[in-house]
Amino acid sequence: MSTVLIVDDSKLARIVVGRAVATVQPGWSRIEAASAEEAETLLEHGGVDLMIIDYNMPGCNGLELADRVRSRFANMPIALATANVQDEIVAKARSINVTFVPKPITEDGLRGFLSGAALRLRRNA
Amino acid sequence: MSAEHAILSELEHDALTELVNIGVSRAATSLRQMVGQHVTLSVPSVEVVTRTTAAALIRERESEALIAVRQDFEGAFYGRALLIFPLASSMELVRAVTGDVLSAHEMKEMEAEALAETGNVVINSCLATMANMLQKPLTMSLPQVIRGDGGLFFELEDLDTRGGVVLFLYINFSVGGWDIRGYIAMLMDLPSLDALKLLINEFIQRVIGPEEQGSGG
Repeated sequence: MSTVLIVDDSKLARIVVGRAVATVQPGWSRIEAASAEEAETLLEHGGVDLMIIDYNMPGCNGLELADRVRSRFANMPIALATANVQDEIVAKARSINVTFVPKPITEDGLRGFLSGAALRLRRNA
Repeated sequence: MSAEHAILSELEHDALTELVNIGVSRAATSLRQMVGQHVTLSVPSVEVVTRTTAAALIRERESEALIAVRQDFEGAFYGRALLIFPLASSMELVRAVTGDVLSAHEMKEMEAEALAETGNVVINSCLATMANMLQKPLTMSLPQVIRGDGGLFFELEDLDTRGGVVLFLYINFSVGGWDIRGYIAMLMDLPSLDALKLLINEFIQRVIGPEEQGSGG
């Protein structure tokens, strides 16, 4: 069983992402953070296998958070959720091996990332 | 703020902020295509305030002359959208959109047209995204460029002014190295805001389902 950390400042968005994850991967457990800071505290406690991070958040944006997480967890599957698909953001996400997931989040939009992550996690286990 | 709490619940406000956030992110992507440079956005803050408060909010932040692109929208909810800039920011934006090929004189001539086009793209991305997510189509009027101050922008001659509220969205954005800041405001009267509130609730029901909303839904 894997644990996914959902990071989004919007409670509604966290619920939507959580539901999509629950549908695609019913066996996974889900934890939530409302900010990058909260996410990093949860990461300290360990047990997080993959992350879905909102891009546009107050304080530290999702890409900055992903960058910091990536430097500590080289193989963790990370998705960045945003409707902001500017070249610079896409390029930066690719360069740190972060998957793009379009907002609004749907099961279909998330399925590719979750399936890929499930494979990677099984292989690394 | 007091107007907002009377009108929108916490979850409704959260949902509206998320809709706006997605809309503005799309708008930034479109703007990036127009200016050829990275557009950086702040997280939008969304407040429902009276028109007087909205005018005061702008006046507090901006002492200089302002310019705005406005477009009226009509559908299940209706009102007027404004993209407001300080005058200095608007010229920078026009420069960013037109590139460095124009002389100062040509740029001055192009200002209104370039602003109208930019405003059209930004406002349409924002409103179209909201309309799609709320599953109700909106029609948009042609963009108009107006100059003045907050008080003037927030006058709604043809809408019911007694119950006039402003959905005030504040975002900061910068383009490339330039510091261009702007505001987006949506003016609606109370019946229109009630209609929007209803659609937001339908949206919430659709995306999270009734079972997770508890008895308060």
